[in-house]
Amino acid sequence: MNPSSFFLERFPVEARDFILSFLPEALRPWAAALISVVAILAAFGLFFAFLTLLERKSLAWVQNRPGPNRTGPWGLLQPFSDAIKMVTKEDIVPAAADKLLHYLAPVVLVAFSLLTFAVLPYGRHLVALDLDAGVLFFFAAGAGTELAIFMAGWSSRNKYALIAAMRALAQLISYELPLLLSFVPVILATGSLRPVAIVEAQGSWTWGVLPHWNVFTPWGAAGFLLFLVAALSESNRSPFDLPEAESELIAGHLTEYSGFKYALFFMAEYFGMTALAGLGVTLFLGGWQAPCEILQWVPSYAWFGMKLLSVIVLFMWVRGTTPRLRMDQLMRLAWKFLSPLALFNLGAAIVWLVTAQWQFPGALALRWVLASSIVVIPFLVIGRSLSRGLSTRTYGFAP
Amino acid sequence: MLGLGVIQGLMVTARNALGTLRGDPRRDVNIAYPEMRAPIPESFRNFPFLVTDGTGVHDGLRCVACTMCEQECPPQCITIVMERDEKGKPAKKPKVFNIDISVCMGCGICAEVCPFDSIKMDKVYEVATTERFGSLVLTREDLAKTNTYFHQISPAEAAEVDGRLAEQKRVAEEKAKAAAAKAAAAAAAKAAAGGAAIA
Repeated sequence: MNPSSFFLERFPVEARDFILSFLPEALRPWAAALISVVAILAAFGLFFAFLTLLERKSLAWVQNRPGPNRTGPWGLLQPFSDAIKMVTKEDIVPAAADKLLHYLAPVVLVAFSLLTFAVLPYGRHLVALDLDAGVLFFFAAGAGTELAIFMAGWSSRNKYALIAAMRALAQLISYELPLLLSFVPVILATGSLRPVAIVEAQGSWTWGVLPHWNVFTPWGAAGFLLFLVAALSESNRSPFDLPEAESELIAGHLTEYSGFKYALFFMAEYFGMTALAGLGVTLFLGGWQAPCEILQWVPSYAWFGMKLLSVIVLFMWVRGTTPRLRMDQLMRLAWKFLSPLALFNLGAAIVWLVTAQWQFPGALALRWVLASSIVVIPFLVIGRSLSRGLSTRTYGFAP
Repeated sequence: MLGLGVIQGLMVTARNALGTLRGDPRRDVNIAYPEMRAPIPESFRNFPFLVTDGTGVHDGLRCVACTMCEQECPPQCITIVMERDEKGKPAKKPKVFNIDISVCMGCGICAEVCPFDSIKMDKVYEVATTERFGSLVLTREDLAKTNTYFHQISPAEAAEVDGRLAEQKRVAEEKAKAAAAKAAAAAAAKAAAGGAAIA
């Protein structure tokens, strides 16, 4: 019984091949690429629409409110009414703005965010672009979004937008380092930059129930936590949403944007978050692999979707919980805490891989202790040294 | 330990979210307004209305157009014109009774000064209109509401008012009866005196 031959598993590929069979031979590669693009756009476009609803709903629950519930059952039509509202709004371009760049910035941002979706394996047979250096491509495309943010800030000819764009760039570049470093152990362990190979390397189980996902190793667990923090910051989400900070700063680099362009920025933000969560799922949570062997009859893309959704729900949960960091706290966290820890985590991964040959009884436990102490002890030491002199704040006026 | 605070915070928000989802009354404290309404307290008031003892404007309006409320109204939002018959004799009824609720401040002084318990404070709070001027001036027809309605919105005050009015009526009737008896007695005495004089 080979799960890769199940009907539901093969259905997307079969459907594509069925459509392709009507086309002449020469057009097929182009049409196949086009179908992949359309499928990704449609699936993640809808996913984005309902993510906005889920975000508003979950934030509302955290704040003891019902959330949007007027448009359709359970507020399910809210994304579409939002879309209509956004499209019909007036699109204002400042008179002094650089018109071309101002127009291009949201487009470039969305384009670069969408590029990152190309290399993620969504299922056993579902990967749009199976690149050998897929992880590298992902970060190269992701770095393009920083250019777009600066384009937006610069072209608005508005001092607030420009300062905010600088601030956003500083944040994004700072957190790129821990984000990349948190992924390096995975690449070290797999020996490949190819997402498909990384997922396949995680596809086995101990006794059929314990999955061999990277998150279930000392370096994987630490790396996943580092990834979560850095990904929150890379996707401009609370508690690292300083670039936009809707409740205290004016809208950051979005100050001079309105109407559909503003919606495009939001779309790109959600796309970026989804793509980063998808990469985290691919590298740490076993991608499309089932959590136990007997559950393999569930189509692999469903597993990927569920894992993706749970990571995103975690992001929303964190957004509902944490207050925003100050700029200096943000920078200190990236440079003094996350980056060194990510380097230590690399050491933990090396120890784990070097000791992989140990066969004596209790070897696994010893390896766990060795590898995790390499991360946990610096975590405690750095954490304590960074919070030295700080105590619980007492407020003079409020009880 | 560093990071524990975040986990504690996540637990707090999770408890709130799950409590709201489950409909726990301590978490989900919302009243979905158009479908659900918070109970209105007995002493709630906003705009005045006129009590009628009958069913409509033309029968049983308690108001006698004494203009006491018009004079007392601090923002001057009441306009009263008394009805007169052909000879110009006042009919003890308002011909025009307008309250501009865009001006009214809901102080309730009109209801306090009214000697006939005719003007009372209403509890209708959905008074939005689609037009700014005409629709916010309530006329006699808009203001007249039955005593039954008054009993519905503020039962305690309405019962007290009814009791007081009944008492006043009883006292007035007794007085009238006494006066009539006195008049009859006087007439009888006069008749007797007249008879004596004749005799």
